[in-house]
Amino acid sequence: MKQEILTPKLKMLSLLVVLVVVALWAVLFSKGFFPASSFPSPVQVVKGFGEEARSGRLFDDTVASLFRVSTGFGLAVFLGIPLGLWLGLKLSARAAFLPAVNFFRSLSPLAWIPFAILWFGIGDTPAIFLIFMTSFFPLVLATASAVASIPTVHFRVAQDYGFHGLEFLTQVTLPAIMPQVITGLRVTAGLSWVVVVAAEMIAGRDGLGFLIWDARNQLRPDLLVAGMIVIGVIGVVLDRLLVQLTLIPSVRWGYDK
Amino acid sequence: MAGISICGVSKKFTGRNDAVQALENATLEIADGEFVVLVGPSGCGKSTLLNIVAGLDVADTGQVYEGNKPVKEPGRSRSVVFQDGALFPWLTAQKNVEFGLKQMGLNRKERAERAAHYLQLVHLTKFRESFLHELSGGMRQRVAIARALAMEPEVLLMDEPFSALDAQTREDLYVSLQEVWERTRKTILFVTHNVREAVVLADKVVLMGIRPGRIQTVFPIRLARPRHAEDVDVAKVAHQISMGLKESLALTRNEEYDEGWQPEGSGLLRPADSVLGDNI
Repeated sequence: MKQEILTPKLKMLSLLVVLVVVALWAVLFSKGFFPASSFPSPVQVVKGFGEEARSGRLFDDTVASLFRVSTGFGLAVFLGIPLGLWLGLKLSARAAFLPAVNFFRSLSPLAWIPFAILWFGIGDTPAIFLIFMTSFFPLVLATASAVASIPTVHFRVAQDYGFHGLEFLTQVTLPAIMPQVITGLRVTAGLSWVVVVAAEMIAGRDGLGFLIWDARNQLRPDLLVAGMIVIGVIGVVLDRLLVQLTLIPSVRWGYDK
Repeated sequence: MAGISICGVSKKFTGRNDAVQALENATLEIADGEFVVLVGPSGCGKSTLLNIVAGLDVADTGQVYEGNKPVKEPGRSRSVVFQDGALFPWLTAQKNVEFGLKQMGLNRKERAERAAHYLQLVHLTKFRESFLHELSGGMRQRVAIARALAMEPEVLLMDEPFSALDAQTREDLYVSLQEVWERTRKTILFVTHNVREAVVLADKVVLMGIRPGRIQTVFPIRLARPRHAEDVDVAKVAHQISMGLKESLALTRNEEYDEGWQPEGSGLLRPADSVLGDNI
């Protein structure tokens, strides 16, 4: 097979695509295919973005959303990975809990929105709860399956070299599951960012999800699009940050085959 | 010094429906510094025997002695090279070799030096900082050997270490292993299903039979070293041993193959379109 290399020149292509899309958008606007009240021009969006940025609202909303995601996601990691370890190591625990975990993983976290509001009202807590429900179950599953698939011979080796108790966990189990756990973190972090927008639309008074919902209510499609762009860009940045974890030398084996 | 005495060792594995006598009354003496190879078909209990010698499995009856100490658990004086290496992919070659050394109470500098020494012995100094997925199968197996040697055991236990490699790489490792053995004079117990491999490496080939798994015949090999798989003498001895192996192989195959299967095939092989005087 031919070696394919992404040259700087090729990378410029993505910029070209963006420019073409913006140009098409401008043309569509100027031809007036859609009513101006529901279809902003690129210039309006840039102006709206500036307006929101200057008022400080955009910054506050971004901070609010990031706070909710990091809290809910952090809790899910903190509780989900240990639970996953336990399930992975103990067959009886797997037998008892795995069906339930699978059920909740398959249940859309958005289905919890009514209860989130009934239990926690409006604000940070319902969003944090929803994000926790989004990432907790997939993380438990990813960790449990990673632990369960460690080749037994690795433990035999540790046994042969005289390792005991906790050393099996720190020297074998944890390093062995890292690649799969990191993949799990990437997937659930992405899901969390998706869910926080929905959570804030319905159960929020601020945050980026509330920002775009509010923009719709005020008939400000320019602000709506500006908010959408910010949400998308932050999502990409979060994923790029988590990709850095996969570049750690001691986990590369899980990705290079 | 540490020879190994295996005295009347038996082991049964109980499945859901039946029990398999993996090993019955195995008795074997391995002298200090001797290279002994266990050979036999799958299911003859050769890996089980090796695991019992390692202390990773416990015999039902009988006892293994190292020198005159009974073996009860894994010990520093016996080190295992597992099938397909069983190295840790999250560590570099160097760190893999250092893996067991921390348990021995060596400090960082001593560990690094000792690992470097044994990597050099298997000619892998250049690849010290490589991770496993960056190494070939043969290189990984050499790292595994270095890891076991770095524990400076009296006895090296090798469980089909070369079975997953291609013929050329295996031939290279035969040379490496004989060289390492000549230099270190460790006692080696080596398990394989490959008779030719056994003859190339061993001072003593122990042929094992199945159902129940037991020691069948012991062949001393008195050929000059270094030996190679394609040597005529090696082929000749291997052929004799294979004859003994065939008997027990026939036994498994009767169970695993269709009726009408014969070890010799259906006689003379000839192409279907060949004409042997039919038109006369």
